[in-house]
Order: sequence, then C-alpha cells, then structure tokens
Amino acid sequence: MKMLMKGTEAIAEAAVRAGCRLYFGYPITPQSELTEYMAKRMPEVKGTFLQSESEVATVNMLYGAACTGRKVMTSTSSPGFSLMQEGISYMAGAELPAVFINVMRGGPGLGDIQPSQSDYFQSTKGGGHGDYRMIVLAPHTLQEAASMMNEAFELAFKYRMLVTVLVDGMIGQMMEPVELPEWTKPEEFEEPYWALTGANGRKPRKVTSFDLDPYELEKMNLRYQETYKKVAQNEVKYEEFKIEDAEITVVAYGTTARIVKTVVDYARKSGIKVGLFRPITLWPFPYDRLSEISKNVKNILTVEMSYGQMLEDVKLAVLGKSNVHFYGRSAGVVPTPVEILDAIKKIVR
Amino acid sequence: MAIDKIVAQMPKSLSKVEFSYCPGCHHGIVHRIIAEVIDELGIASKTIMVAPVGCSVFAYNFFDLDGTVAAHGRAPAVATGMKRSLPDRIIFTYQGDGDLASIGTAEIVHAANRGENITTIFINNAVYGMTGGQMAPTTLLGQKTTTSPYGRDAKANGYPIRMSEMLSTLDGSTYIERTMVTTPQNVIKTKAAIKKAFQVQLKGLGFSMIEVLSTCPTNWGMTPIESMKWLEDNMTKTFPLGVFVDRTKGLM
Repeated sequence: MKMLMKGTEAIAEAAVRAGCRLYFGYPITPQSELTEYMAKRMPEVKGTFLQSESEVATVNMLYGAACTGRKVMTSTSSPGFSLMQEGISYMAGAELPAVFINVMRGGPGLGDIQPSQSDYFQSTKGGGHGDYRMIVLAPHTLQEAASMMNEAFELAFKYRMLVTVLVDGMIGQMMEPVELPEWTKPEEFEEPYWALTGANGRKPRKVTSFDLDPYELEKMNLRYQETYKKVAQNEVKYEEFKIEDAEITVVAYGTTARIVKTVVDYARKSGIKVGLFRPITLWPFPYDRLSEISKNVKNILTVEMSYGQMLEDVKLAVLGKSNVHFYGRSAGVVPTPVEILDAIKKIVR
Repeated sequence: MAIDKIVAQMPKSLSKVEFSYCPGCHHGIVHRIIAEVIDELGIASKTIMVAPVGCSVFAYNFFDLDGTVAAHGRAPAVATGMKRSLPDRIIFTYQGDGDLASIGTAEIVHAANRGENITTIFINNAVYGMTGGQMAPTTLLGQKTTTSPYGRDAKANGYPIRMSEMLSTLDGSTYIERTMVTTPQNVIKTKAAIKKAFQVQLKGLGFSMIEVLSTCPTNWGMTPIESMKWLEDNMTKTFPLGVFVDRTKGLM
C-alpha cells in the first residue's frame, strides 16, 4: 500500500523497518522532520532517540553506540555534516558501521536552506582527515531512498564502513506516494565479533583508530584499503536510461537525474536523442561502465546542482574518449528542464 | 610456607601492559584505584571504558576491559552512545583537563546536564601533558608553561576553570567530588570516592564525576616529591578538595 509521505519521513520509517533502533540527531533545516519523526517513532518501537547538544556530539554518540555493534544512524544537512567530519574520520579508522543521511543545502558557509548537491566532494573524497572512504548512495526519488535504507545498513555491516545516503533538500522536503519496505526480522541481526559489550567470559575487545607505531598503523590502513577495493569491485551501482541510441549522454545523480529523465523525453520529442547515465553509488563511482559508454558517444554532459564536483569523476572515467561538457546550478537553485534542454541544444547544434 | 592471606596484589582489571607514564605521575595510582574498585564491585564483565586523547590515550590497553579511545574531548558523547545502547553496562570515561575542561566542555556539560548514567574520572594536572606542558584552562594564575612562558596572566588567558564546581550547579549531576592522591590517606579517600561514583551508576542514579588533582613532574620541571608539595600548597588553593554535589542521600 502506498502512503503519501515527506522524503525525510519516508527515509526515517524505512530505517526503523530496517532495524535501526538508535538515532542521534540535532535539528537543522531542511531535514528536521527526520529528527522529529524519530523522536516520535523510536519510543513506539522501543528504540532510542536522543537530541544531542551539537553535531560534534551527535557523531560521537554514534561512535559510542556503533561500538556496541548495533544499527545506528543520524541525519543532518550540509553545515551539520561539516561538523561531523571529525567523528566520521574516527569512525572510519575504527571500522565502525553507521548510516548518515545528508540532506544537502546550498553553501558554502551558512549558505541557504534550498536543495543543493555541493557536498559531493565532502562525501566522496573524505571531508575528514586521513585515507578513508565512505560508501555514498544517491537515490533520485523518495521511493528509491526508502527502498535503499535496508541496503545501507547491510553494506555498513558487511564492510564495517560508514554509509552516507546523500540526498538534497528536494528529496527531503517533497511529498509523494511511497511503498514502504518490509520489516526486517530482528533475529536476523547478530552481535558482531568485534562489538564492545563488556568482556563477559571472553577476552576484552578494543575498538580504536589508533596506533602510534607507524608500521602497525600502516597495516591498519592497508586493511582499510583492502576493504575499499572489495567495495569498489562489488558494490558499484548505476542506472542507464535510454542511452543505447543517444547522441548525447547526460550524467546526473539524485534530484538532478530525476529532472534529466523529464528532459530526455522532451528532447526526444524534438528529435534530439538524449540518454541518462545515473550513478547510484557516488563512491564507489562507476568509472568502468562510464568509460565504456564514453567510447560510443560523442558528447557527455554532466549536470549537477554544484559548480562541477562530480564532473571531476566523470572526466576521470571518460579520459578524453568523448567531449565532456558541464551545466551546473548551485547555491540552492534547482535547474528547470528547459534550462537543461537549452544546455543540451547548445552542444548538439 | 603456605600463604594465609593475600594483602596486596595486582588488580584483575588491569592488563599486563606496562604503563607509559613518567616517574611521579599520578595516572598510575588512579588507574590502580579504578581497577581495584571494578574488581571489588565485580563489574569487570560488564564494564566498557572510554579513553581520552592525552597521556592516558593508552588507558584502553592498561585496563583488561572492553574499551575504545574517543576523539579529544568527546568521551562523554561516546559514553552516552554506549550507555543508551546498552543501559545495563557500566560505562566510564577517563579524561584529562585539556580534554574535559577545554576542547570537551560542551560534551561534559551536556552529559552531566542530561544526568547521563555514566562515570567520569577527571585527572587535573593543570597542564597539557602529552603535547609537552602547554597551558591548560586549569593552569594556575602565574604558572609558567610552554605557552605561558611569562606565567598565566588573567587579562590575556582568563582564569583557572573549576569544572567540579561548575558541573555541580547542574540538576543532572548526582555525585561530584574533588580529591588528590598525594598521601596514603588521600589515596584511600579517592578510592572511596571513585567507588561511590561507580555505585551511583550501578544504582542508575545519574551522572557522577571524580576530579583527581594530579602531578606532572616532567612538565612542571620538578621532582616527584617537589611536585606533590606544589600540588598540595598551590593547586588545592584554586581547586579545593571536597564533595560539590551529592544527590544520593536516602538512595544508597
């Protein structure tokens, strides 16, 4: 049965159904409804909701709760995500699983509260210190976001990594009918072998991101890199939309990709064969597939609500095999289908 | 000869890892006290420790308990996450004055204010130890450190911050006491205080913190004996010993 829901609420309910019973958060627009939903919902499912004193504290509460081996999550928006970067680096180093929702808004600085995609670098390249990665999932509809939550937790635990579901204020704030995912059975979740639960009858466990001996720390880092390599090999996801006969392929993710789908149909009515390549995992980025595609299409247009962040990954994938163009609006401005179509026309004519 | 009675032994809750502390430093004494208390209360199997950043960053290895290291100042938030996930476990943080009284003021204030049912052991030695003796928020007026080489000047650097007094104003704080470990009598008093703090948590009564005034002979540039005398003569004037809040009456 479909329900009319706000994006933030659909994501929150899907997380609860995925078995998340520990939520820590701090209010920030445009995602506060997610925090509010959890405040009401967690007591109903015997879960824990805690409003922290800051995003700095939030991420460290997440660190502590994640140490106990349970499904934990938070949600925030761009400035709050910046404050969490310290803890994200520590959690990545301690190989702790957790799910972050970043409902992006215009920046830099205080910016505004409208939709944006300008935290791509921060999410995919590591906003915190050190050689770490986090898995970044980018749904383009509310339905996809809700359906993705269980997978987000599964990936986090499978690889002991952080997973960010990267959406923007559009997906966070709009309402549409959503088919909520099935409940996961709680008995399917077992305490991981590394969890800190009190050393009752076993050897004490230590969870840290720390070793002062550089050769030991190097070993830890090589282990992280090994994990990241496996993720890059096994977990890349993307969608191809009408690219078989395309004379120009647009690369876009999230809300922008959704707008481009409309543009593809518009353009085809006026005789321009446009296709869409939509990365679903932003890290790992689908370099290999985009590289193949670029062999067979003359023009590639990257469309983002930023001034060219994913563009750098697109260029790395294409490596000169086709012409890479860019159309970006940022600072909270959402491009219209007409504007994107104009950008396409300028290239193909 | 058969042993009739063991009067002293290594606490079970300490691991076999050698301490990395300087001669005359009080971290070792306080570690041992905590381990003895955990042994006596029989709670090692359900205790998780949160070590800080600073000289005691290795504390997670010195205790034979489940443990982690928090980012600088964030131990109370990490402990909060653990306690909210596993309310029947005993969670304690071990923090220095740079950690708790400077970079981590927000985290300790709000953990205390929530009445978070955790225990904090706060080591106040009036300097940043591990980074080489820089000025801390607890550095005494006039005290020379590597970043206050002419002595701490109130006009430029403000005043020594009294965390125990400050946190005791919060309704969420259940038990807060300041002690020192310069003499056997003071060690016994500190042990009683730390035991009470853990008992507060065991009874679910809320936030407890024991501040232990400690020496740092290396960074103070004194012998261990001189530094104990300096602590007693100077630190206790700015940081008087005592119980600052006790909301356990009739509950324990």
